[in-house]
Amino acid sequence: MPIKILMPALSPTMEEGTLAKWLVSEGDMINSGDVIAEIETDKATMEVEAVEEGTLAKILIPGNSENVAVNTVIALLLEEGEDKSALDGVDVSAPAQNDTPTPQPSPPKGKKEEGVKSVPHPEPVEGEVPVKSVAEGNRLKVSPLARRLAKEAGLDLSRITGTGPNGRIVKRDVEGVAPQASMAVAPSTPGGYDLIALDGMRKTIAARMTESFRDVPHFPLTIDCRLDALLTARKAINEAAADDGIKISVNDFIIRACALALKKEPAANSSYTPEGLKHWHDADVAVAVAIDGGLITPVVRQAQHKGLAAISTEVKDLAARAKARKLMPEEYQGGTFTVSNMGMMGIKSFASIINQPQGCIMSVGAGEKRPVVNGDELGIAIVMSVTLTCDHRVVDGAIGASFLKYFKQFIENPAMMLL
Amino acid sequence: MMSTQSFDLIIVGAGPGGYVAAIRAAQLGLKTAIVEREHLGGVCLNWGCIPTKALLRSAEVFDLMENAKDFGLSCTKPDFDLEAVVKRSRQIAGQLSGGVKYLLKKNKVTVIDGTARLEKGAKAPKVIVKDKAGKEAAYSAAHVILATGARARTIPAAGLAPEGKFIWTAKEAMTPDIMPKSLLVIGSGAIGIEFASFYNALGADVTVVEMLDRVLPVEDAEISALAQKSFEKSGMKILTSAQVEGVKPGKDTITASIKTKGGKTQNIAAERIILAIGIVGNVENLGLEALGVKTDRTHVVVDEFSRTNVPGLYAIGDLTAPPWLAHKASHEGVICVEKIAGNKPHALDHGNIPGCTYCRPQVASVGLTEAAAKDAGHKVRVGRFPFMGNGKAIALGEPEGLVKTIFDAKTGELLGAHMIGAEVTELIQGYTLGRTLETTEAELMETVFPHPTLSEMMHESVLDAYGKVIHV
Repeated sequence: MPIKILMPALSPTMEEGTLAKWLVSEGDMINSGDVIAEIETDKATMEVEAVEEGTLAKILIPGNSENVAVNTVIALLLEEGEDKSALDGVDVSAPAQNDTPTPQPSPPKGKKEEGVKSVPHPEPVEGEVPVKSVAEGNRLKVSPLARRLAKEAGLDLSRITGTGPNGRIVKRDVEGVAPQASMAVAPSTPGGYDLIALDGMRKTIAARMTESFRDVPHFPLTIDCRLDALLTARKAINEAAADDGIKISVNDFIIRACALALKKEPAANSSYTPEGLKHWHDADVAVAVAIDGGLITPVVRQAQHKGLAAISTEVKDLAARAKARKLMPEEYQGGTFTVSNMGMMGIKSFASIINQPQGCIMSVGAGEKRPVVNGDELGIAIVMSVTLTCDHRVVDGAIGASFLKYFKQFIENPAMMLL
Repeated sequence: MMSTQSFDLIIVGAGPGGYVAAIRAAQLGLKTAIVEREHLGGVCLNWGCIPTKALLRSAEVFDLMENAKDFGLSCTKPDFDLEAVVKRSRQIAGQLSGGVKYLLKKNKVTVIDGTARLEKGAKAPKVIVKDKAGKEAAYSAAHVILATGARARTIPAAGLAPEGKFIWTAKEAMTPDIMPKSLLVIGSGAIGIEFASFYNALGADVTVVEMLDRVLPVEDAEISALAQKSFEKSGMKILTSAQVEGVKPGKDTITASIKTKGGKTQNIAAERIILAIGIVGNVENLGLEALGVKTDRTHVVVDEFSRTNVPGLYAIGDLTAPPWLAHKASHEGVICVEKIAGNKPHALDHGNIPGCTYCRPQVASVGLTEAAAKDAGHKVRVGRFPFMGNGKAIALGEPEGLVKTIFDAKTGELLGAHMIGAEVTELIQGYTLGRTLETTEAELMETVFPHPTLSEMMHESVLDAYGKVIHV
């Protein structure tokens, strides 16, 4: 019996994903551990490793196929001694869970994600699996007639799912989508609009933000922090460590300050669950990173144990890979606290929506020169407003205020962060 | 107490729908049985497509012999032996039926001889087969495909049914007891016109009566008109918009009273009448009523994957909706079986089923007629190319005919192709392939057609539709 290669679940909550690219071709010999394909989830692109070995006999879901349900059979592997005739009659409907070993995302980091308990419930796929019509080498499979119809209707063929042989786009596919405004690239008419299809990330953001804003009793606490000392320290550090390639940002200080403040006020490093309040042992600080099409929150784990240089290096790496959608799920899931910094965009202050099940999120505004009162004197200082949005079910006002007091101490006395 | 043998799939009827489905099912690993009450290969192989082609080939060769002079040859007093002509036809049918038997055996399909009927079963209806000795055996399967085909339509009340002498259906017409000097063919569809062509070539005085206003009424009107002209030129008499109201057998001839166009009645006496007024599905005695299988005027109602309204029961081919063609039945059978096996076949696109009539001249078509294309709202571009402009046609001595192509003026879709003339039945697959692949005029124009062939006309017809024809 040919071995079925199934669409892997890259995270416990993943139900479908995009099969981005095959890295092997039909006929290739595959060894266990070989990277065979790239899968995109709502937030990341990941490599898939083969679990079994054999000859890749048939690719059932071509590259660039969207909405491939977890556990869909995506390819068939022939074991040694089997020939292609063994493929006849193979049932390629989605098998029950755990029927066959699912390829593992690589590298499988063992860390379990906190707070999330749901498991995927793959359902057998009824009817045809949608197949994107882009074959290997990115040639779009499309009939001449469909190509012409699409051109005349101003349709983008790359967004049409082909139902012909091997996912070829045929007349009926083009006719089927013609009425959809989303496809039209024709000149806009008054009152018209472009409908942008919901991708995985947009759906996730919509669902999670709605759920949080609806279910979590939010309240914001704002405090001003003077940055002059921090900026001086930053300058000194960066000058001193320039030869080591180190360049610490204000945000790196903020992450460090948050981690240390969370250790001082552990009640702020917590989550509300029906079973009880979880006070996390580590300050796993998530950092909101804007990327094309949405945002993602990679996590600096155990930030309380990491120095500024380590945080800086890690955040740079995470942000770069986030923008390339190359993060592993465990790299962006399960933080205990989030920092969202819009200071570089000139925002003075704002209150973020909590990233459940975290208890708090800190919104960081711009550091700017403001009039300040020193004793009875009016002076000028560089001031940054930060707003802590708290989940009142777990973080009361006093806890939030206490956290902010510590945070402010660290920011305004950066030398304390050296401890 | 009957013992029940069980299969994955039982197919009832071993015609071109049933036996092809059985072979494909076996290839897909299904334990398959096929029930046949008469001959493997069904009507197509035994009483239809194949034996008539054998007869028509004899007629064609005879026609060439008669016109040998045109080719610089001499053939004094060409003659024929009808019995030998028919014998050859029967031999070919027998040979091919034997071939089907071999193919089924090779693919390990169990062949059950006998007549089947259905009874309520577990997953699918049970199949009860009565053999020639009258003994019954029960078989069960997860899936049952009905492929019992169809037979000639008769109207006994009007005397239009074989009575043992004067009135033939296709079956009697291909095993004739005499060479009729005069012949009345009722119906000018493919079957009627093919027999009219055959007997006309052998010298019979043939009259064709057609109820509609033109012969080969499913074809493009322009092709029908050319066909009628050609038939009449070869000596056939054609009455269109005419209806046989009754027949009166005499001693040596039978007289049909025919209501013609103007409402006048005309009597025509002939030694034989061939009934070719359509077909009826073989829906009887299968137990369909008891199972509640939905039928529509002798045909079983099915969905795009040949599923009936009864779980586990399927129907393909002539037993279902038109077109009633062997290749349609085979394709439906394969699609049905692929679906049963859990594959994801595409439903058959009825617009891409070619139709062929092996009269002289031959007629072949695929897709929409010009009138149907316009009715469907298409603005059309029509290309035409005559056989007269084609070197190979002239060399063959076949200068009569036309290749007509119909394109959607806006999209360049090949909406239909209609051909009349020598060997067009062998040419039509080119356009069918084009339609299946959804080519536009651009790809057809870019395709290199070999010279000298009749197929060059297919190219020229496309060029003509776009004002680029060379040889006219």
